[in-house]
Amino acid sequence: MWVSFYTMLRKDIVRMFRIWVQTFLPSVITAVLYFSVFGAILGSRIGEMQGVDYMSFVVPGLVMLAIVTTSYANTSFMFFTSKFFARSIDEILVSPTPAWLLIGGFVAGGVVRGVLVGLLVLLVSLFFTGLSLTIHSALIIFGFAVLTAIVFALAGLVNGIYAKTIDGINIVPTFVLTPLVYLGGIFYSVHVLPEWWQTITYSNPLFYLVNGFRYGFLGITDVALSISLLVLVAMTVVLIAINWYFIKTGLGLRQ
Amino acid sequence: MPPALEIKDLKKTYKSGAVALRGVSLNVPVGDFFALLGPNGAGKTTIIGIVTSLVNKTSGTVKIFGHDTDKEFEKAKTYIGLVGQEVNFNPFEKPLDIVVNQGGYYGIPRSEAIPRAKKLLTDLGLGDKMLGQSMQLSGGMKRRLMIARALIHEPRFLILDEPTAGVDVELRRGMWEYLRKLTGQGVTILLTTHYLEEAEQLAKHVAIINKGEIVASGTMEKVLAMHGAEEKAEKGGYRGGRLEEVFLKLTSEAEKSKL
Repeated sequence: MWVSFYTMLRKDIVRMFRIWVQTFLPSVITAVLYFSVFGAILGSRIGEMQGVDYMSFVVPGLVMLAIVTTSYANTSFMFFTSKFFARSIDEILVSPTPAWLLIGGFVAGGVVRGVLVGLLVLLVSLFFTGLSLTIHSALIIFGFAVLTAIVFALAGLVNGIYAKTIDGINIVPTFVLTPLVYLGGIFYSVHVLPEWWQTITYSNPLFYLVNGFRYGFLGITDVALSISLLVLVAMTVVLIAINWYFIKTGLGLRQ
Repeated sequence: MPPALEIKDLKKTYKSGAVALRGVSLNVPVGDFFALLGPNGAGKTTIIGIVTSLVNKTSGTVKIFGHDTDKEFEKAKTYIGLVGQEVNFNPFEKPLDIVVNQGGYYGIPRSEAIPRAKKLLTDLGLGDKMLGQSMQLSGGMKRRLMIARALIHEPRFLILDEPTAGVDVELRRGMWEYLRKLTGQGVTILLTTHYLEEAEQLAKHVAIINKGEIVASGTMEKVLAMHGAEEKAEKGGYRGGRLEEVFLKLTSEAEKSKL
């Protein structure tokens, strides 16, 4: 059974390294632009945020941004293309691979790419922070990176399964994911916002992930780490259940 | 021994309201070369889709070698190899990778799958193409690649949905010969095709489906004799094979009775 999982994961990893310019480079270039504009150019005028210099403050958020968008895009695109173009998803659907393993195989690919891209963005950030990197807890950093990648790979899979057209896999990232990411506290602390906006921010799941991740680097957070972790675990459980239901019933997959 | 395929009262109505199957019952004996024939839109591909779990059934039961696809879903699937009607592999992958990966989905480790895939591709005349891009294969080669992919896990039951559509005569004959060899090795084959003469020569059993209903089934000789095709073919001279006569008679009869 695990051979099937390994096959799906290996296939995805081979693909992502074969077309590395498309799979790894865009997020790194985007991060360089963010670091240049928000960190180096504007950041020097902003000064400190929550007691740390602005560049150090935005690094965890930008790494998280890369993980979120990459892991989401990987599974949504991979699944949609194998379902829609050439219908190669049938190769797995006709096999004895159970639904939960199919989910695991696709999600694992998204996690690998998400974490690798996050690592690359972190390495690039060193150039902008003068090779200095504060690490409060490597375990928290790694745990939040992997869990976040799992959550967004699962979310991307829901999108990939349900999408009926190529537009269907672009709508969610554009109209849902991007606003959530930008308003999730990557570039600012929630305490600098007016009270009504703070209330809205607390309903944004991305806010908790960014804060938990930032805590791993800087030891500062707007919200308790346990709450961030709870939000991550809850999102994981809900998204696994949705995916399992979709695959098991064939919704969006079988006629 | 249970039949390779046992279908009882299978019904399928698509979301659009189109009724594809109206209570189909069918048995494919073990080791058989079974031809499922019917005009376009008769329900052949829907049956295959349900058996291979690519289509959800509305009601009825399907058993593969005695394993109910509702209760022993994964076990039942291990027996089946599918060559679908449409080309459905990633054209950017190498033929060898496509076949080896398919083995992986059936739990065959790469160390075992690679030599097996190489042999299959070579046997099917794709030995020199296995490391190129699949998109560069001709139509006939793509079909053969799909056969190799379906055979990687050594299935006991091979389902072929119009595998020779668009394939030239010489290649078609080669493919039939290969399939005949497989039945000789004990593989049960379910085939749909529009080449009725070839089905007549190859198949031991046949079922003819029209508008979602089986209109005739049994051994090839029984079906041919049942409808006096032999006599008609002799009197009328050669008109495309005996089975074609039966097929046209049954499908037009079903049309008339509906009017």
